[in-house]
Amino acid sequence: MLQLLWTVPALPLLGFALLALFGRRLPRAGVSVIGAGSVGLSAVASGLVAWGYITQTVPAAYSQCLWTWMEVGSLKVDMILWLDPISLVMILVATGVGFLIHVYSTEYMRDDADYARFFAYMNLFVGAMVVLVLAGSLPMLYLGWEGVGLCSYLLIGFWYDNADNARAAVKAFLVTRIGDIGMLIGLFVLWFSLGTLDIQPLMERAQLQWTPNSAVAVAATALLLCGALGKSGQLPLQVWLPDAMAGPTPVSALIHAATMVAAGVYLLARTHVLFDLAPAVQCVVAVIGAATLLLAGTSALAQRDIKRALAYSTISQLGYMFLALGVGAWSAALFHFMTHAFFKALLFMAAGAVILAMHHEQDMFNMGGLRRRLPLVFWTFLAGAMSLAALPLVTAGFYSKDMILWSVLSSPKGGFLLWAAGVVGAFLTGLYSFRIVFLVFFGEEKGHASAKPGPAMMIPLVLLAVLALGAGFVEIPETLGRVALFSSFMGVHAAEASAVLGEGTQQVLAALLALGGLAAAVVLYLLRPGIVKAWVATPSGAALQRLCASGWGFDALYGMLIIRPVVALSSLCRDDFMAVVWRAVGICAEGAAAGLGRAQTGRLRFYMAGIALGAVVVLALVVLL
Amino acid sequence: MTLTAIILFPLLGGVLAWAAGWKSAASARRIALIAAALQCLLVAALALRLRLAPLAGTASPWLAELRMPWIPQIGASFHLAADGLSMAMLLLTAFLGLVAVLVSEGASGRNGGGLHLCLLSALAAVSGVFLAADLLLFFVFFEAMLVPVYFLIILWGDLREDRFAAALKFFLFTQASGLVMLVAMLVLSFLNARATGQLTLDALELRGVPLAGAVALLLPLGFFLAFAVKLPMVPLHSWQPVTYAAIPASGGIILSGVMAKVGAYGLLRFVLPLFPAASSQLAPWAMVLALAGILYGAFAAFAQTDLRRFIAYSSINHLGFVVLGIFSMNGLGQRGAFALMVAHGCSVAGLFVLAGVMERDGGSRDMARLGGLWAAAPRLGAFALLLIMATLGLPGLANFVGEFLVLLGTFQASPRIAVLAALSTGLSAAYALRFMQRIFFGPRRGAEPAADLSGRQAVAALLLVASLLLLGLFPGTMLQAVNGVLP
Repeated sequence: MLQLLWTVPALPLLGFALLALFGRRLPRAGVSVIGAGSVGLSAVASGLVAWGYITQTVPAAYSQCLWTWMEVGSLKVDMILWLDPISLVMILVATGVGFLIHVYSTEYMRDDADYARFFAYMNLFVGAMVVLVLAGSLPMLYLGWEGVGLCSYLLIGFWYDNADNARAAVKAFLVTRIGDIGMLIGLFVLWFSLGTLDIQPLMERAQLQWTPNSAVAVAATALLLCGALGKSGQLPLQVWLPDAMAGPTPVSALIHAATMVAAGVYLLARTHVLFDLAPAVQCVVAVIGAATLLLAGTSALAQRDIKRALAYSTISQLGYMFLALGVGAWSAALFHFMTHAFFKALLFMAAGAVILAMHHEQDMFNMGGLRRRLPLVFWTFLAGAMSLAALPLVTAGFYSKDMILWSVLSSPKGGFLLWAAGVVGAFLTGLYSFRIVFLVFFGEEKGHASAKPGPAMMIPLVLLAVLALGAGFVEIPETLGRVALFSSFMGVHAAEASAVLGEGTQQVLAALLALGGLAAAVVLYLLRPGIVKAWVATPSGAALQRLCASGWGFDALYGMLIIRPVVALSSLCRDDFMAVVWRAVGICAEGAAAGLGRAQTGRLRFYMAGIALGAVVVLALVVLL
Repeated sequence: MTLTAIILFPLLGGVLAWAAGWKSAASARRIALIAAALQCLLVAALALRLRLAPLAGTASPWLAELRMPWIPQIGASFHLAADGLSMAMLLLTAFLGLVAVLVSEGASGRNGGGLHLCLLSALAAVSGVFLAADLLLFFVFFEAMLVPVYFLIILWGDLREDRFAAALKFFLFTQASGLVMLVAMLVLSFLNARATGQLTLDALELRGVPLAGAVALLLPLGFFLAFAVKLPMVPLHSWQPVTYAAIPASGGIILSGVMAKVGAYGLLRFVLPLFPAASSQLAPWAMVLALAGILYGAFAAFAQTDLRRFIAYSSINHLGFVVLGIFSMNGLGQRGAFALMVAHGCSVAGLFVLAGVMERDGGSRDMARLGGLWAAAPRLGAFALLLIMATLGLPGLANFVGEFLVLLGTFQASPRIAVLAALSTGLSAAYALRFMQRIFFGPRRGAEPAADLSGRQAVAALLLVASLLLLGLFPGTMLQAVNGVLP
């Protein structure tokens, strides 16, 4: 079974190749079969590989070398696939959730003129993500990493005739590219420090050769972190994610759930051995995570566009994952990644169903009362929102977020302040999740919702709703009866913990705050909507609302600090100021030619005088020297 | 003998095409196409034979060579020789020659035969440059490249540009710097004769001539100047944007794809081996200059609205990486430079193919007047997208292999320069995506060409795409080709 590993990336890539070459000549049904089918088969292959992995007599990581990519001197970069619990979870989620999104897209994109192009990009996206997570060497990981970036660029700008979409696409590519450059330099540092770029040998050598917090460890991990911050939309590179909503909704689901944004979390989990050797950088990761989750949580509260609100919630949830990574709890981060993939894909696709029914209306204030028109969409969205808000006991989000919060509180690298940021975030999450639910599905009906979505859209929603609620039961904390399937599969064993609060106490507190958020949403958006309206009408309220709505003004800041100087410098270079030197040479030559040309008078007297003068000068030189 | 054939064959094809051109432009083009295709096969067959059976047991670094007396009085001989580096460059030359003929504008009424004669004789001259192992012979081929390009610009250039000024500028820059190189060659030969009593201009025999004082720096600088103009390196680049703007697209493919690489080839073949001590002394300065070119090219490319000038400045940006790799003075960087030479040859040729399609039937090349072309020309759009991704160094495409190795090698030599160069790839992403966005995305503006890629142009595009992908994913053979030539 394990030998099938190469088909997991190969199938979506083959689907991409077929659609790219022949897509426009195929009928729609053919495109759907190839597009969704290739990812479906890839998911099946992942399942078989997982079965093969679990049923090994001696559980061990499996690697498959495909070919040697680059070989120069002692540098040898292989195209090598590496399967261990981390990459196994990642491919299962990427292909599984990816497949559901593809099925959903067959209906969502039904009337689009560029149906084949859409599926070609989507297949490439899944393929690149699988390459990323299965890569056994960092350059190959970078191949998938940039491939994912390319696909996000293509899909965000999918409806290219609107210049704004194209701009959002470019923004996504460039912002993540800035992080990627850091990551690339990090690769160089690793190569010269440890002499290899294969991930496993890298980890082993680092443990032997690096001392904790040494300059090289800090530099290398900080540079890798740059890449992760870009891809996972963390401070200060989070600005591309909200704008990435310009793409079709299934794209948002794919970017936010199964693929792109998970890449940063994956990179940090994959190289956690390196980060353990650089506690200073881990601390930075945790602080960035905490700051991001609060900033994005408040921003989500002020959005009108349903997709932008969900986008900020993604940034915020990724902040939780970084918080976990920062305290060394990488398995908790991966667990939250998994549950988040389920409920966020669900939320986006349900939102897509709403948007489609509302004729591409995305402003939540123009929606309302949709629970009667679209009951099934409502129930599935509610399941996703509950899981996002981490409502206690019945949702997957509760268990994964709880694991993060408890790790943060109990880990020596964490602490009370970081934990406090996490629980305040939990309150915000409850508030903004149910703000969306109440604005969209409750209240009076506005606008006119058309036909209900068909089975190709609804079946994935229902399946994901089940997962969003139930997937958390693979890991249940000690206080509630201890199931540790996920962390024992990851090979992580619970450490002896000591904290200012007991595990049970912190759970109750976090749960209460999440419920508090729900309660606040009930009051502010269901029972007394006047409170918010009145507050926003005051000058300070309006200012704060504007600040939050703009994502704390980062776009304006970067526009001033980075984009303006770059554009100014480039317009300075536009007319090639260095060429002026040569133009001056040309002008001198022409001037000299004109001057000397005047000497050609045609008068014999003048020439004779010249010759005589020349002879005198030459003779004088001969005599004198 | 095969080596001579590689030079003579395109010339013969060119003359035949020119003769046929008096009757019909179409038959001229057909003959040129057949000649270019056969040239590809010829070079590929030789490369294969040499790979399978190199000259075993000899001390010579050459895989194949031919040596005949030429001008014994000054020590010049007709010495052609090939090693892995020259074979790779010959393959690139023949391949891009085929691409150029495929997309040539020969059927436009003005005598197509002459155009093809120019294209094919340019190929012959470049092939000679890559094969010459004698300095004087190298110089002859080096200068011979100018002539066909000059006529391509004057006779078949873009009527909207000042063709005469462009051709003159091109000629003056290359000619003047070439003469400086000639002087350096002769002085080197003279010094060698004085030291050893043997009169020679052979590139191998001139290695290790003892040099001291100012000459030890001036001679390599003389060579460097000629190659820096050819590449071109900032600030010697000012001939290039105007030339790229005026030359017909098919000529541009050869000029940018192959002839620019002659500069880098010359650095690797002559400057480094003939003057090893001076090279390592000059290397830091050359790297700084290269970095300046990288940044300058990137900023200038970002601001261009003219398609051709965009290509020119983005080339300056990329060839800066090539120089950076060469003067990193280590195997990683130089192999990266070599890979990037090949990769950039393909990608810039693709951009010229694109320009040719855009300008067909008087289409505009002013990016400010273009937009939304994807809807009308999806195949052209996909082709452009791939080229743009190659340009910005997406892994999986050939240019990445080169850039990655160059940066790695540079990092070994000077981490600071490597970091700055790496940061500049953010700028190259910015200008590349802006190019894509301006032409293919957004609303249509009305100046776009009507037709998509088709026929010969589609074949050329497909060839280039395939080579960029193959070299990007399986660069092994290419990198092995220069084993033994580079450290």
